Amino acid sequence: MNAIIISAVWGVLMMYSGFLFKSNRNINLLSILGVLILIGVTFHEFASGMPLLLIDTKGMLFHSNFGLVFLLIILVSTLIYFILSGKDIQLAGKSSSDLYALIFFILSGIAVVAGFRSLLMLFIGIEIVSIPLYVLAGSDKSNLKSNEAALKYFLMGSFSTGLMLMGIALIYGDVGSFYLDAFSTGFGVLTPLKAAGLLLILASMSFKVSAAPFHFWTPDVYDGSPSVFTSFMATIVKSVAFFAFLTLFDFGFGKMHDQWKTIVAIITAFTLIIGNITAVFQQSVKRMLAYSSIAQAGFMMLAIFAINTFAKQGMLLYFAGYSFATLGIFAVLTKMKDHSIDAFNGLAKSQPIIALSVLISLLSLAGIPLTAGFFAKYYMLLAVIREGNMMWLVILAVLCAAVSVYYYFRVIQAMYFKASASETALEFDPNFKWVMLMNAILIIVLGIHPDLILNLI
Amino acid sequence: MPINYYIFLSICLFSIGIIGVLTRRNAIIIFMCIELMLNAVNLLLVAFSRMHHAAAYAVDNASLVGAEAQIFVFFIMVVAAAEVTVGLAIIVMLYRNIHSVDINFLNRLKH
Repeated sequence: MNAIIISAVWGVLMMYSGFLFKSNRNINLLSILGVLILIGVTFHEFASGMPLLLIDTKGMLFHSNFGLVFLLIILVSTLIYFILSGKDIQLAGKSSSDLYALIFFILSGIAVVAGFRSLLMLFIGIEIVSIPLYVLAGSDKSNLKSNEAALKYFLMGSFSTGLMLMGIALIYGDVGSFYLDAFSTGFGVLTPLKAAGLLLILASMSFKVSAAPFHFWTPDVYDGSPSVFTSFMATIVKSVAFFAFLTLFDFGFGKMHDQWKTIVAIITAFTLIIGNITAVFQQSVKRMLAYSSIAQAGFMMLAIFAINTFAKQGMLLYFAGYSFATLGIFAVLTKMKDHSIDAFNGLAKSQPIIALSVLISLLSLAGIPLTAGFFAKYYMLLAVIREGNMMWLVILAVLCAAVSVYYYFRVIQAMYFKASASETALEFDPNFKWVMLMNAILIIVLGIHPDLILNLI
Repeated sequence: MPINYYIFLSICLFSIGIIGVLTRRNAIIIFMCIELMLNAVNLLLVAFSRMHHAAAYAVDNASLVGAEAQIFVFFIMVVAAAEVTVGLAIIVMLYRNIHSVDINFLNRLKH
């Protein structure tokens, strides 16, 4: 709970740090310090069960252990993101302090989403996350692609917010309260107003997590935004949207599970098929990762479909595995001028450590055993099997995971089995190499001991 | 006045907004249609707030039921204002580069 206040204050501090420090390095160090403080405060709240400063929110915010572990995973991902991509954030805009400030404001919104128990807080949290993101998407002001991505993201984002608000208003009309607890009374009878509200909220949350058929903005926005911020959007912000989706449909609409689960199953199937099939045809790695994020969203939708203990535990593991792997690949991609698959040719010869880390990240995304991605996918499938009656969805998901191996392995093939065409090898900072390797080791540790996260909740 | 009229009115406004977003090609007009959607929601929330309050008032005339929806409306207004700030800045940035706000020009990312 204190993370909300600290990250907002730290955002203001970051905004003025441009005046205090002349060197970008110090600004980056200050941001890392900020995330470390946030991790410390959140961990204290998790370990002791009490926030440092208890604020009465009339039950609108309640950070359960599930929410706190989620927040910790997000903060650790942000830490990795700041360490890996700090230099690229400085290159993205004229003054990096503003961009860091925006990222801290997003973290404040994430902390709100991590503990919402009222639709008001859901709305506020999602908007605090979205509005700075529109700015980040358009931070490359003279680049038309970035402008286009920002405008598309903005129009689609506010349109889906409009849908969500209408859903909230209709549900309020039926229930007379914004609290999630209030929905579950009435034994889950789906009145017309509730049904309309539920569908509108489902559509708008599908927009936010880029599930098909509401995914069409994703490839364009991810491709057009500066790569550093695409990496932030595709990992951390996507996890937050999924967390909001899961909490809302678990606490709010959990009693009506039988009524909506077929619709979610259809959305999941579409997302899996469209994401995986389209990703196969992409020539640019950045665009391929955008479609891969849709495909991974399909897997995470399985948890929304199944809503049970396995789904919730697996979701946390999925956030961690997916975010760490994607952050690693994007950090390397950002340093490359050319985003086509050919740019990875011969990387294993010139940069063995980087190539190894990217290899492990890609294996984790494909769900190969011994990586975090394997157990994440395993738990998703287990959750659906426990839910029963939906074997076709499980089989479809497994087939789609097999398809995904093809496009991830194309990058691996380029790195290990093709010779580089250009003479000039890419240069990487030695520190960057070690952080990449640490990230890869983290993925493998989570793949061997998924209980490190699973036992926390 | 029955609540139905308010529901119909705000659903109409909301639908006009959605149709506008889907059919118009000018970024500013799309933006206005989104604002229309948000205002339809505001109207509906205030109407529902009044409805729930009237029901609670009949039982207990010190009841505060329904106040939270009106507070929600203020939050929507504030967030809509923040969105306008960012959105208009993005549109101005685009206008500087292509001297148009027509979203048909936005096809550079399609391959």
